[in-house]
This record gives sequence, structure tokens and C-alpha cells, in this order.
Amino acid sequence: MSTTRAITKEPETANGDGNGRGHSAVHTLLRLWPYVRSVRVRLFGAALVAVLASCMGLVIPLVLKWMVDGPIADGDSRGVWLGALWLLLLGLGEALLFGLRRWLVARPLAGVEAAMRADLYRRLQRLPVAFHDRWPSGQLLSRATSDLMLLRMFLAFPLTFLLVNAVTILIGVIIMLVQDWSLGLVILGPAVPVLIVCIVFERRYHLVARRAQDQVGDLTTVVEESVLGIRIIKGFGRHRSQARAFHELARTLRGTELHKARLLSSIWAVIVTLPELAIGAALILGTVQVADGDLSAGTLVAFLSTALALRWPVDSIGFLLAMSQDAATATERYFEVMDEPPEGTLEGVLEGARGTARPAPTGPAAEVDRGLRFHNVTFRYPDAPTDSPPVLAHVDLHIRPGESMALVGTTGSGKTTLTALIPRLHEVTSGHITLDGHDISALPREQLRSLVAVAFEEPTLFSATVGENVLMGAGDDAGDAELRRALSVAQADFTHSLPHGTDTQVGEQGLSLSGGQRQRLALARAVVGKPRFLVLDDPLSALDVHTEAAVEAALRRVLADTTALIVAHRPSTVLLADRVALLSGGRITAVGTHHELLRTNTEYAWLMAGAEEETALDATARAPGDEDDDTNGAAESGTHTGTDGDADSGTQRGTGALTDDGRHGHADARTDTGAGTGTGTGTGTGTSNGSNSTSTDSFEEAAR
Amino acid sequence: MTAPTTTAPTPDDEQPALATTSLPAPARAPEDTDDPFGQDALPTPKGATAGLLRSLLAPMKGRVALTVVLLLLQQAAVQAGPLLVAYAIDRAVPAFRDHDNGPLVAVGLGYLFCALASGGLQYWFVSSAARVSQDALLDLRGRIFRHAQALSLDFHERYTSGRLISRSTADVESLRELLNDGLQELATVALSFAYISATLLWLDLGIGGVAVASLVPLYLLIRSYRRRAGRVYALRSTAIAAVIVKFVETMNGIRPVRAFRREAANDAEFEALNRHHERKNGDAILEMARYVVGSRVVANTAVAAMVLWGAHRVAADSLELGVLAAAVLYLRRLYDPIDRLGMFLNSYQSATASLEKISGLLAQTPSVQEPSAPRELPVRESEHPGREVVFDGVRFAYRTGGEVLPRFDLALPAGQTVAVVGSTGAGKSTLAKLLARFYDPTEGRILLDGVDLRDLANSELRRGVVMVTQEAFLFSGSVADNIAIGRPDAGREEIERAAKAIGAHDFISALPEGYDTDVRKRGGRISAGQRQLVAFARALLADPAVLILDEATSSLDIPGERAVQRAMSTVLNGRTAVVIAHRLSTVEIADRVLVMEHGRVVEDGPPAELVAGTGRFAQLHRAWRESLV
Repeated sequence: MSTTRAITKEPETANGDGNGRGHSAVHTLLRLWPYVRSVRVRLFGAALVAVLASCMGLVIPLVLKWMVDGPIADGDSRGVWLGALWLLLLGLGEALLFGLRRWLVARPLAGVEAAMRADLYRRLQRLPVAFHDRWPSGQLLSRATSDLMLLRMFLAFPLTFLLVNAVTILIGVIIMLVQDWSLGLVILGPAVPVLIVCIVFERRYHLVARRAQDQVGDLTTVVEESVLGIRIIKGFGRHRSQARAFHELARTLRGTELHKARLLSSIWAVIVTLPELAIGAALILGTVQVADGDLSAGTLVAFLSTALALRWPVDSIGFLLAMSQDAATATERYFEVMDEPPEGTLEGVLEGARGTARPAPTGPAAEVDRGLRFHNVTFRYPDAPTDSPPVLAHVDLHIRPGESMALVGTTGSGKTTLTALIPRLHEVTSGHITLDGHDISALPREQLRSLVAVAFEEPTLFSATVGENVLMGAGDDAGDAELRRALSVAQADFTHSLPHGTDTQVGEQGLSLSGGQRQRLALARAVVGKPRFLVLDDPLSALDVHTEAAVEAALRRVLADTTALIVAHRPSTVLLADRVALLSGGRITAVGTHHELLRTNTEYAWLMAGAEEETALDATARAPGDEDDDTNGAAESGTHTGTDGDADSGTQRGTGALTDDGRHGHADARTDTGAGTGTGTGTGTGTSNGSNSTSTDSFEEAAR
Repeated sequence: MTAPTTTAPTPDDEQPALATTSLPAPARAPEDTDDPFGQDALPTPKGATAGLLRSLLAPMKGRVALTVVLLLLQQAAVQAGPLLVAYAIDRAVPAFRDHDNGPLVAVGLGYLFCALASGGLQYWFVSSAARVSQDALLDLRGRIFRHAQALSLDFHERYTSGRLISRSTADVESLRELLNDGLQELATVALSFAYISATLLWLDLGIGGVAVASLVPLYLLIRSYRRRAGRVYALRSTAIAAVIVKFVETMNGIRPVRAFRREAANDAEFEALNRHHERKNGDAILEMARYVVGSRVVANTAVAAMVLWGAHRVAADSLELGVLAAAVLYLRRLYDPIDRLGMFLNSYQSATASLEKISGLLAQTPSVQEPSAPRELPVRESEHPGREVVFDGVRFAYRTGGEVLPRFDLALPAGQTVAVVGSTGAGKSTLAKLLARFYDPTEGRILLDGVDLRDLANSELRRGVVMVTQEAFLFSGSVADNIAIGRPDAGREEIERAAKAIGAHDFISALPEGYDTDVRKRGGRISAGQRQLVAFARALLADPAVLILDEATSSLDIPGERAVQRAMSTVLNGRTAVVIAHRLSTVEIADRVLVMEHGRVVEDGPPAELVAGTGRFAQLHRAWRESLV
């Protein structure tokens, strides 16, 4: 590749921040109030304590002054002891009060962070699937981790200390001016310029730091790709160009970091020099006054000491403001997700838009309505422009009770999308879907999803035991018997030879299974609850011939009395079903048995048999009159063909396969997290794209 | 004043917690646990870490020395201030009373000089230190990257991508944090402590003595804090890691979560993990609070003690007032940065651990090395572009033992298409990887037109042999960029020709921006099958003499597979091809079939001949035939 440019920017959000929107930042931060409310007493208490502690720090110089001018000058050793005791008490008081402040807020703020995280998680689980399609999980994760951590730190620190510092500075200034206003003015002279310089600096520094962070993200992308794509890089001998791209980015990053360092060194120079100059001037002035007897030596010492005590409060304000700005951004990012309406609340809106929804009929459904039925269903992704062609258009399909229907179509024809409509992972744009005559949009989702079980194309296992993963598909009353039955249907006998049998932990943190193994567990999960309606998305793709045949035989029994929709890519899978529907250009263009469609539909024949010349094989079997069938369009209605029971012919096979059941050594298909979780910019966690090695390393048929 | 802390306030708690929290490496399959590569830290030779540091700093010895000198001078300038105060009070005041302005002017000039010098030197020091650390980081990043790229595939397969990525990201990041924020501060704090203690000792043995003595409780405090904090932080990162895993797992599996109504159960599970983390998080913050209280108590007690001592001495006239004033000013500076010290030490600790892991990685030697005196491939004299491949007495075993391919000989004439079939673990992929020189054979040699692969320069080898694998990884960039990996100097026209030949043109044209569609952007969603077609186009563009396909059609649908086969019989005609496939349809285009079992070739012949026989392949083929409708 010429260059591997990396994109780790925010997807949708990219809200330009950092350009001083003080007002709106406050406004944004106020949204945190509901979470802070419950801990407000402790939070304000802590601020009060911090103010108190800071003031104690300011009293210490006064004690020194008293000691120098009083007991020390008088040689009064009792007074010296007394002064030292005061110092000790004030010091201990300061230390304990600061500790008390931390103790007051530590647990409550950890609680706020956790509560916000739990709310986010709860909300995310209930946002429409379309939302998740749009948002990479890394983006969501960075909101749940680094952003919330930032918010907790904001509540613990800048929020308190902006107040504390303001009070400290005010009191310090008053103390100094009261004692000697001319010296006070000299010492305070640089405070304002330093404050301004710090604020300006933080703003600029922030921008550069953000840029550096983005560049680190870019660099990370190149690193990840170069590791994940190592076979390609080595295979094509491209490591030199890859290294060049890397070096270019690393060099740019170095430039930005040096820029950062330059800013940093300038601010240090200012922060170090200006106050020192003021102290120097105060020293000269003070010395003269002391010599003239206008000022006591103790006051001079107290002055210099107070000046030191005030430096951190002044210097840190810029930093605290920058941190608050960050917190505002984090709050924005958090509520960006929290403000999305969850799945259920969309209902009314959609209903209104569609207007055609019928109330769920209460009585027993008419015979024609029984089974799973698509009525003129059109679907367009919610975020797609309204003038774009819909993914599915006017789909009519009727799967009779107990019937299984295969769904066939080219890659990208919308098969998976169609299956997602049934459990309402997506909502139809128009038209409706009925289960035994009940409009699914009128059913509560919970109920609908307990009626329909799905096995997805990408078999996801959760971090739990094998048994728990499978039983997820059943109600709470399901037990060992159901588990055993489901495992045997899915031919997942390998589970019994796992280290702890069906109690073996799998998923992200457990044993990694091969693609074929995961697929069988997903299938078991779909069938374990004996659902009335079953949706299988290419359920056997990762299995080898031998296993596939066995699964099919077992699945056939399950399918006998289940209404099922099965997405299929290969003839062997198609043959599981009673009938086949061909999805083409977003429409159902043909429905019939496998053999019928092979004969009558060239697109279907092409899909199932490959090249056109291969259909010569079928040409002999073709009825002379059936020749010039439509390739697509012309939706010949989905109802005219009947089932012809003997779809069974193609199942005995695979006896001599050279293989075991697709068990596999290096099954490394899980996401290897651990890389970029939470570097802040959202480099994301799902690093291992495209390396799902399903690896059923055995012969698989290419039946025609 | 040494630490204005614009960037680091007193530690509320550690910021870098997440950045450096790499998730615990996922538990590997049981057989991996004894493998040293199964662990995060590779066996590191003794002294490798120090050696790495030395070699990173060696090229900039001068600058490092300069930086150190700058810091020494800067601190001297900064710490001179209170001494001038002492001088002013004890000398300038009486002198001024005697109408001698000399000392006062001296103090003024001295203070002016010190202020300017400390500011200027600070500027210089920070820039110079940044240069050193950024150059070292650049060097280190480059080294890790190049080294990871140079390491052979067997290493990558065992060490896993996740570990390798966190070595070059999270670990470098924790070093960067130390270098950027921590190290300068740490050095400054240490140096100022040394300067101030020395000055105090010189001013007054008693005051200085207390300062030095206070080091003991501080040291104990820091030590105990680090021990306890280390434990608490480890617990906390485990807790947050569990939260993250649950979170990511839910979001990535949102469809099954929804379809199987897991929301409530997940809420409960997440709540438990989240609460656990909340507790650990609170523990960590409280640990820090405890440390801060402790260090402040020590510091403030020491200050009181020193003032008491000093005041007594002044009151008894054995110490001058100015010296006490100077001491008081010093004390503030002495203990100010103590709070932050704990945090710096934390980041120091994690950076050390990271550096150690990195040096362990860099200590690995690639098992496949480029030749020192490369040879050229002979000019192709025949009309077809393929080359002859000979496995000459080849045996392959992993370094950890375990023979994969027992000794064998095999000759593939130029231009032949060879299908390799066999079950899992039969050694098909190993054979392919040996031919692509991803591994070197344990014994014997592999010859390409008579030249040992090990004698070929990398670029020459890659013109000769190209391998397309099942996992068709796409790099960020456009589709065209991805195809052009095959031959970076190819023009758009050639890229499109390759895509057309493999049947990928149609879907690419249908993408939002055609060939310029960014594969990582939304709208550029490319299915597994389409990725494989792009990978094929890439190989086609590379135009190799020998093409290896390792299950490269596994995700294609039937029409896609046909297109690939057509391309192989037209565009790739005449190439030597090794095809590993699990679909027998692929085998049909082969001139020759090798059936492998337990690392051995058990059958070898033209497909028709094998089918006619009674062997494994014949059985399999018969079963497949019967399954056809």
C-alpha cells in the first residue's frame, strides 16, 4: 500500500472542543447534577474542609512572624516552644484535614462513577441494534472507562480546588495587604500575568496534546495492522514500505511532542522567573524597610513564606480549567449516548409513521395467517438517506406452520437483514410481519423474542460455561435434559471432552473454540428452548462434511415441527428446508423447492451451481417448455409451488471424509483485547478484524 | 520553587491507570501454559534491559550530559534564593543602616541573576530533556516495529498479536509517560532534596540533621505505600479489566444479547463487576489519601521541629535570624513535592516493567534471516512464467519439539497446479509456509529454480513466491491501496484489470467511492468473501512465479469461487500453483493432487488417476459425488 493512513478519529462526534466555551462548559457540567446529588453533602463538606486546610497553611507564616518578632527577638524560650507547638498543631491539622477531604469523597465519588457506568451499560443494552452498527465498541468503551474516570477526577479535584484556590488566593492577598500593602503589591504583581499566561498556555497545550494523542492513535493503527497483517506484509515483502509509513508517523509524533515540550518549557520559564523576580524585588524593598525600621524582620519572613504558599494556587488555575474543559467534553460524550432513545421508546413514532399497524388479533388466527408471514415489507436502514434504494422492498413471504424455508441470495442481497427483522433487531420501514397472525410490532419485544430463536452467522459465545451459553436460549426452567438434547442436535459432543465438560468456561476469558465448534454451540442455543419459530443464518458454514451431515440429520427432526427460516449458501443447507425463497435485488423473486428452482430459475442455478456452463448438467433434466425463465424481477408469487416432500435425497454422504470434526489447534478467533483499550482516543478493542479463522480444515463439498 | 506543577497537581489519584492497564492476557488453551511464549514477559537475558537503555542513550551521550549539567546548574540557581534572603537579613540590613548599599545591591543583582538563570536554564533543560526522551522513544518505537516485522511467523503465531501490540503501544506509552512527565520531575525532586539538605546542614547542623533524619520515616512511608498501592492497584486493574471484558463482550454480541433477552441478566452481572471495581477503586483512592496524610504529617512535624531548634538557637544568639528565615523558606520547598513522589514512583515502576518486557521482545532473534550474500534467480528461459519448486530432504519440527513434517522429497515442475488435501493437522499449511519461507526447514532445503530460498533476498523471493491465505486482512486505506500492496508501482488501470480478472470489479465499483473507498470507514463494509477477492486481486497484481493459495476461497460463495478458478486458468495460467482447499471443486482444476496425512504425502497423482483408484481421495471423491443432487 502506498501509505497506511490511519483513521482513529471519533466517528460521529468530532465536536471541536478546547476553544473556550466557558459558558457552555458549565452548562454541560451541570448535567452531572443528578448523579452528584446523592453525594452533595459530602462533596460540599470536602470543599469546606479543603478551604479550612488551605487557610491553616496560610496561618503558618503568621505564626512564624509572631515567633520572629516576639519570643525569638526577646529570647523567650517558653514562647519558642509555644510557637513550635502551634506550628505542629497547624501542620497536623492541615495534614489531617486534607486527608479528611479525600476520605470524605473517595467512596462516594467512586460510587458516582460506578452509577454512571451502570446507567450507560443499561442504556446501551437497550439502544437499537442500528445504533450499535453505527458505533464501534471501542468508542463506547472509552466513554465507559476513561471518560468516566475523568469525570470522577473532575469532581474530586478541579471542582473543589477551583473554589479552594480562589478562597486561598483571596485570603492570602488580604493577609499580605493588611500587613504591608506596598510589599504585598510587589509580591502580588506577577500573580495576574502568571494566571493569564497559565490559562492561555493550557489552552494551547491542550490542542497540541490532543493532536499528539490522535497521532499516537494513528501510530497504534499502523502497529496493529502490521501485526495482524504480518502474513501479507511478509508474503509480499512489504515490510520496508510499512516501516517507512511507520517512521513517517513516528517522526511526526516526535515533532508534536517536541512542540509540546517547547510550550512546556516556555511556561516553566515564565512560572519560575516572574515570581522569583517579584520575590527578589520584595526582598530588596523589605530589606530597606527593615533597615529603616518600618518593617519587622518577622513580617518579611512571613511575606516571603506566604508568597511561596500562594504559588501553587495561582499556577494551577490554568491546569484546573483545562481539566474542567476536558470533563465537559467527557460529559458531552457521555450524554451523547445517554440521550439516544432506547429501543422501546421509538415505538410510538414508528407506529405513527407507518400507520398501518393492526392491533394484535386476540382470537385464533385464520388458517391463511398461521405461520410466519411477511406482508409487503420494506426496509431501509434508519441512518440511510431516504432517497436511497431500500435494502428490502415489498417482500411478501409466507412460511407455513411447521414448514422450513431456506433463504438464498448473492452476498449483500439482504438475507441477514431480513432475518434481523423477525426478532425486531431492526424495525421494518413499512409493511408488517406476523407470527400466527399477530403483528410482531404489537407484541412486547420480550415475548416476541421468547417465541423466536436465532442462530447468527457470527457465532458469539459469552464468557460463561458451555452449558450457560447454550441454556441462554431457554427459559429459566430448562435444565440438564434440555442441554443434552440441544447439544446432541447440534452434534456438539466435543463439549463432553472439554476439560470440565459443559462446565468449561468459554468466550473471551475462557477456552477458545474453533469456528465450527462455536457455530454448533450457537445452534444448540437456538434450539434448546424448542422455539416455535427458528431463524438460522447460515448455520453450518463452518462445519466439515462429516459433521454437517450429522447435524443435518438431527436438525431435520427439530425442523419437522418448527417454523423456520434458514439462510443458506450451499445446496446441502438448502436441502434442510422444505422450500427455498430466492432474494434478489431486495425482493423475493422466486419461491419453490430446490429442484424446481434449479430447473426454472437461472439466477438460482447460477448461485447454487456456479458458472453457467455447469447448468448444462441440469439442462437434460429441464422441461422443454420451461426454458426462458426470468432471471429476476417479475416476482412470481411466493405461493404457487407446493412442497414436494422428497428433498431428502442428498444427505447420505461424507462417510469417507478424511477428517475429524473440525477441531482445530490454533483457533485464535477471539478478539485479542489488551492492546488499545482506553488510550483515550478510542483506538478500540476489537483489534483482530478479519482473522476469524473458521478453519474447518477438511473437505467440504461443493455440491451442485 | 522547583515544582510549579502546571501539569501535575498533587496526586488525587493516578491518571495513567487505564492507559497502562492492559487487560490480562486471555487465558490460553491449556497446552500453551508451559510455553514461554504463552507469557507476557519473554525470558530476558540478564542485563538486557540495562543494555537496551544504554544503547538507546549512547548516540546522544553529549546531549544527555548537557541535560544533566543544565539540571545541576538550574537547581543551584533556584536554591540560591533563600541564601540570598539570609544574606540580606543578616548582612544587608546592618550594612544599609550603616549607609553601605553594597550588600543590598549585591543581593538585588544576585536575585535578578538567579531568577533569570533559573528560568532560562529551566527552559533549556526541559527542551533538552524532551529532545533526549523523544529521540530515545523514536528509536525505541522504530526498533520494536522493525524487530516485530523481522521476527518470523512462528514467533508471531505463538506470541499472539495482542501481546505484540501491547508491547509496541501500551508499554511504549508507559515509558513515554515516565519520560515526559515523571523522570524530569523525579530527578528535580531528588536533586533539590539533596541540595537543600546539604545547604541546611551547612547552615546549621541541627536543622540539616532533622531534614536528613526525616528521610527515614519518609522512606519507610513511601516504601509501605508502594507495596500497598501496588497490591491495591493490581486488584483495581483486574477489576476494571473484568468490567471492560464484560462491556466489550456485550457490545460486540449485542444481537444475541437482544435475541436471547439477556439484558436483565447482563445488568446484574455487570452490576456485580462494577460494584467490585467501585470498591477497589475506593480502596486505591484511600490508599493515596493515607499516603498523603502520612507524608504531610512527617513533613509538618519536621518543619515544627526544625523551627523549634532554629528558634532556640537564634534566641540564644548562636544562630543568625537570616539563617532561620532561609531555613524556613527551604523547608517549604523541601517537602512540597513529597506528595507527588509516590505517584512518580508508581509510573517509574510500571515503566521499568514495560522496558523489561520490551527488551525481552527485542532479545528474540528471528529464525528466518535474510541472506548476507543473496543470489539472483536465474532468468526465466521458458515461455511460461512459472518456476520449478523442489523440496530436497526437507524435515520440519517446531523449535519446542514436535515434528510436523517428517523428512520428504517433492518436486513440482514449473507451471504445474498442485492441489493439497488432507485433514486438520496433516501439515498442508506448514508445507505452504515453508514454500513461502515463513519458516525455514529444520533439515534439507527448498529450491526455486535450483536456488535455495534461504539464498534469495527478500525482494527477489517475493517476486518469486506469493501466498494468499484464508484470513484476508485489509489495511486501512482505500481498496485500491489494498490491491496495490501486490505491486506498489502499479497504476489504477492495472489495479482495475486485476480486480476485473478475479471478479471483484463489480462489487468494488458499487462501493460508495469505488476503488477509493476507505475500507475502514462506514459504508465501506466489505464481507469476508469480498475481502478474499481483494486479496486475490493483490496476488494477481504481484504476478508471482509461484502462487500459494491456503484455503483462500473458504469464504467465497459458489459464483465467487468459480470466478477465481477462471482467473487461475487464464490470468495465472502457466504459474506454478499450490492450492490448499477443503472443497473438492477446487481440486478439479489441479494437474496433480497430493493427499497428506500426519505430515506425509500418502497419495500423489493426477486427479483422474486418484479418483479411479481405491485410495483415500477416491473414497472422498465418491462420497462427494454421491452427495450431488
